[in-house]
Amino acid sequence: MELTIISGKGGTGKTMISVALASLSGNAVKADCDVDAPNLYLYYGGDDIKKESFYAAKKATIDSRFCKQCGLCESVCRFGAIVDYKIDHVNCEGCGACVLVCPEKAITLKPEKSADVYLTKTPTGMLSRAKMTVGSDGSGKLITQLRQNARKFVEDDGLLVIDGSPGIGCPVISSVTATDLVLLVAEPTLSGLNDLKRVAELCRHFGIQTLACVNKYDINPQITEEIKSFCAEQGISVIGEIPFDDTVMKSINELKPVTGYPNSIAGIAIRKMWGRLSDILETSRQKRLKELDGGELD
Amino acid sequence: MKIGISSTGVAAESLADPRFGRCSHFAIYDTADGSYRFIDNSAQSASGGAGIAAAQQMIDEDVEVILTGNMGPNAFNVIKGSEIKVYRVGSVSVEKAVQLFKEAKLEAISEAGAAHFGMGQGRGGF
Amino acid sequence: MNLCVLSGKGGTGKTTVSVNLAVLLQANYYDCDVEEPNGFIFLKPGRVSAEDVTVDYPVIDNGKCTHCGLCAKACQYNALANTKKSVMLFPTLCHGCHACEIVCEPKAITYSRRPVGVVEQGDGYGVHCMRGVLNVGEHMAVPVIRELLKGLNPSKNNILDCAPGTSCNVVNTLRASDAALIVTEPTTFGLHDMSIAVELIKQMDIPFAVVVNKSRDDDTIIRRYCDDNGIALLGGIPYARKAAEAYSNGRLLSELPEYRQPYEQIADKLKEAFAWN
Repeated sequence: MELTIISGKGGTGKTMISVALASLSGNAVKADCDVDAPNLYLYYGGDDIKKESFYAAKKATIDSRFCKQCGLCESVCRFGAIVDYKIDHVNCEGCGACVLVCPEKAITLKPEKSADVYLTKTPTGMLSRAKMTVGSDGSGKLITQLRQNARKFVEDDGLLVIDGSPGIGCPVISSVTATDLVLLVAEPTLSGLNDLKRVAELCRHFGIQTLACVNKYDINPQITEEIKSFCAEQGISVIGEIPFDDTVMKSINELKPVTGYPNSIAGIAIRKMWGRLSDILETSRQKRLKELDGGELD
Repeated sequence: MKIGISSTGVAAESLADPRFGRCSHFAIYDTADGSYRFIDNSAQSASGGAGIAAAQQMIDEDVEVILTGNMGPNAFNVIKGSEIKVYRVGSVSVEKAVQLFKEAKLEAISEAGAAHFGMGQGRGGF
Repeated sequence: MNLCVLSGKGGTGKTTVSVNLAVLLQANYYDCDVEEPNGFIFLKPGRVSAEDVTVDYPVIDNGKCTHCGLCAKACQYNALANTKKSVMLFPTLCHGCHACEIVCEPKAITYSRRPVGVVEQGDGYGVHCMRGVLNVGEHMAVPVIRELLKGLNPSKNNILDCAPGTSCNVVNTLRASDAALIVTEPTTFGLHDMSIAVELIKQMDIPFAVVVNKSRDDDTIIRRYCDDNGIALLGGIPYARKAAEAYSNGRLLSELPEYRQPYEQIADKLKEAFAWN
């Protein structure tokens, strides 16, 4: 089963909760899909057992040996990516329009390396992650690759925890497609509620079963209630309310799951949440097994 | 006629893949001579539109029937436009899937499944 | 001057710092985090006007179309499918590049525009505010960011509140910037992600400085890094539960008496550091 943890807003506690849930599940496989700011690997030791270059978007390149400087390419480029017969890597979207019009066939689309993709064997299960080439794009294709790499290690009754990125764009879309369950981590602030609504809409748009939890709920009980109302309206079950707890900061600095601190009130709340979550995961898993076994008419 | 089956591998004994857009391979079975051909799913690692690209690949292969587990709305709409027929298979081998089809034991997929084969279509859990 | 406020890591306080500085410095505010813009919650601009951001999409004339499928093959984004009976378009995947038009021999393709987001503007707390908002379900934020940045006023000081991360949303915002301010937090994650942002900014050769948000008594982890790398650290904004609560209700921190001073100090240092006009 695959569980994607996202929030819309950054800094709500996705990674902290991903680590805690992965730990409670035993040996969950993990995928760090917050590729711009991958923090998951800091928690786990382990050895990189695989490292591969990853080529994402294609970019155009002009071979100056054949370029006759006719300027046709520049005139068709919609993204301002060709100036003085040179390609601007940042603006180039790899559409190939320039390739199509060049009379000298001097332009080609080449896949550009955007990241190194790793499989890291940690003491508590495999971690699939990437290190981006600075300035590259955390494209949906990379996230898809990270998930595919992780899936190979998930056992039949195992769990893949996907730590997602902030936002609602391409990388987030690729984190939630083909996942079994989304857990939204909300923070009780006006900004957090605003962002939660948008990411919840995204999940609804893609028809994915969605749950939610409120982190640091006691910072603003009123907004916590607003979040719960919103979720109720949307048919999103709120499966956890985690109190603000100084131990969380400690656990981050000590790079340990917060559930490893027996007196942590946040840890206790996350345990409770895990109880609900694992029931839901199991129900979904049974349902899917039944659906897959179908396909034969009597 | 040709039948396309989403497959997890490159042998007739490979398990059919329940996913359409992101399966690793397609098996192309030709009823004329009972032969199998296996092709990579070119859409596998597409960042977007995997279902669309996979559907296009099936159209370009001139299949008349597709056997798969679930087809998302984009792929489904493309296939619908092409008049290729789609049937649902469970976790059986590719050759078993073909056999079941020939015995008319497969259910036609008449509407798109959840986009990207998630679960629950957005209903809350619990 | 255009000052980009970024962080690498999400949730460190880019928007908090941006909106408070904008008010103190009476600079224009641009919310470039078009996927999840929050700045207007704090600046509460009145009389907000909105304009759609639109992009091209191809319209296929079925009368002229021969269903050759070349357009679908040319499309790098799988936005077109040739069913051999018609050609279907999937608009959210389309980049509006016109490659399909280029390969279409019967010239069956023309273009219309469709909305992908909005740009809004208004005034609040004496600050002229603008923001971009991406429509939910759209994959690409860059067209909205670009449209928003067209509204930059070159004769004023502009604060560009950036998206989290270091990818194309951020790069596009940095490109319009003369200087950058990294907002970090004194944690392992804060430092880790800040160093990624530093690398990006250095690559783009933009002068920058750092500010520590949610500062505690011990910010050594950040100070040491800045010292070791010769990076200007302008100051810290102290963490307090009270601040978190005020933030949660959309209040400007610089209105709280105990926060006025740290923000003013940072604003002053900022002016120095970037020879602000």
